[in-house]
Amino acid sequence: MQFFYHFGKYFILLTKVFSKPEKSRIYYNQTLKELINLGVNSIGIVIIISAFTGAVITLQTAYNTENPFYPRYLIGLMARDTIILEFSSTMVGLILAGKIGSSIASEIGTMRITEQIDALEIMGVNSASYLILPKIIASVLFNPLLTMISIAVGVFGGWIAGTATGVVSSEDYIYGIQFAFIPFYVTYALIKTVFYAFIITSVSSYYGYFVRGGALEVGRSSTKAVVYSCILILLCDVILTQLILS
Amino acid sequence: MIKVDHIWKSFDHQTVLKDISVEFEKGKINLIIGQSGSGKTVLLKSIVGLLDIDKGEILFEDIVYSKLNFKKKKEIRKKIGMLFQGSALFDSSTVEENVIYPLNMFTNMSYEEKRERANFCLNRVNILNANHLYPSEISGGMQKRVAIARAIALNPEYLFCDEPDSGLDPITTLRINNLIKEITEEFNTITIVNTHDMNSVMEFGEKIIFIHMGQKWWEGTNKDILHSENEKLNDFVFANHMAKRVKQMKLI
Repeated sequence: MQFFYHFGKYFILLTKVFSKPEKSRIYYNQTLKELINLGVNSIGIVIIISAFTGAVITLQTAYNTENPFYPRYLIGLMARDTIILEFSSTMVGLILAGKIGSSIASEIGTMRITEQIDALEIMGVNSASYLILPKIIASVLFNPLLTMISIAVGVFGGWIAGTATGVVSSEDYIYGIQFAFIPFYVTYALIKTVFYAFIITSVSSYYGYFVRGGALEVGRSSTKAVVYSCILILLCDVILTQLILS
Repeated sequence: MIKVDHIWKSFDHQTVLKDISVEFEKGKINLIIGQSGSGKTVLLKSIVGLLDIDKGEILFEDIVYSKLNFKKKKEIRKKIGMLFQGSALFDSSTVEENVIYPLNMFTNMSYEEKRERANFCLNRVNILNANHLYPSEISGGMQKRVAIARAIALNPEYLFCDEPDSGLDPITTLRINNLIKEITEEFNTITIVNTHDMNSVMEFGEKIIFIHMGQKWWEGTNKDILHSENEKLNDFVFANHMAKRVKQMKLI
């Protein structure tokens, strides 16, 4: 029953979020702020994690495929496909759920318990739309770019690690990342990213928007926001993979 | 005039407001008093429409506000200014941006006009040279005054104050109360104030309603309160030892 209660409440909130904005210009400015806050400020963590994970994927692939029958360029190919198909979309999605999901839930939650949301409502502002819509738009627009950056940095990190440790030559790795490349895999990763961006921002906003109590509850709602965003991202991954790649 | 007509409000089977009826008048400070947990804030939030009531009606002039949809409520809300218990200033905005916010949302003023209006409102509450400070950089009393400046930015017809004196020293409390009184007279607003500060009650209570356990227990003025025989009201108003002695000795 609790599931249906939250499910219904979440969709009622979404109808409020997607209603006509009071003043488009204000929303436009808010969206630009959120692009910086949620998008640009996440580039650093995405680069660091993608570089190291790309390196580890390459090394793991190399050490687990030490077989004279396997050509060495397969290391590059496997690293590329792992990074594009799962890491840069789903893993980065999970990382962003932790970073921006908790930030959104605690920001909106704090606004709720300090009556700032009530102040917006009293002024006649649609607080749900004003606070949540710019975040959704910013993430849906910017997260695909983060995924592209992650793919590029991950593949580059793999090349650095592979050539520095000598498990694969530079030529083999570069040949591998170009071999049998299916461009649609990138489209698939970007489609998933858009869905994940929507899940992270809307679910986290939901938990922040309806928080009741004090600092402890804000902390709890922030944790819930991350946990449920992650679960929904993984569920969405299964569904989208089956729908798009089958 | 704001009319509250037999309203009821419950949370999870616990009835917080029971059959409350009252009328609030223009140009006067209307006080809602009562102990913590008596239902004052719920009553105030029900009147402004932040909480939906279960039964009864709330009328702003002749409009049944409590039955309006969100879109129609918005039109009345633009005429409402509200001062929250914790000021509710936007943390990420400066003092000036906080006051400009409602002007940005609901007027087509130029940037210069908005700044001029914001400065007028800030000067009106005696906030000088603090335009570029953030709420966390100013004192509690200043935060309340900035919140009042934001509340009056759109020339409200209705002013609601939820415990404007909470967490303030007696002198700052007096300043805030004087400011609310001046604004009520200047803008001719219907002002409703939630308080349990007895100095405010005695000083400004042109109309007072006493809420006890979710019910309206008493209604009158600050002059009536001194001579009331209502036991619950006397227990609340003359709660401390000194006040009791003063009442017994009929010094007031």
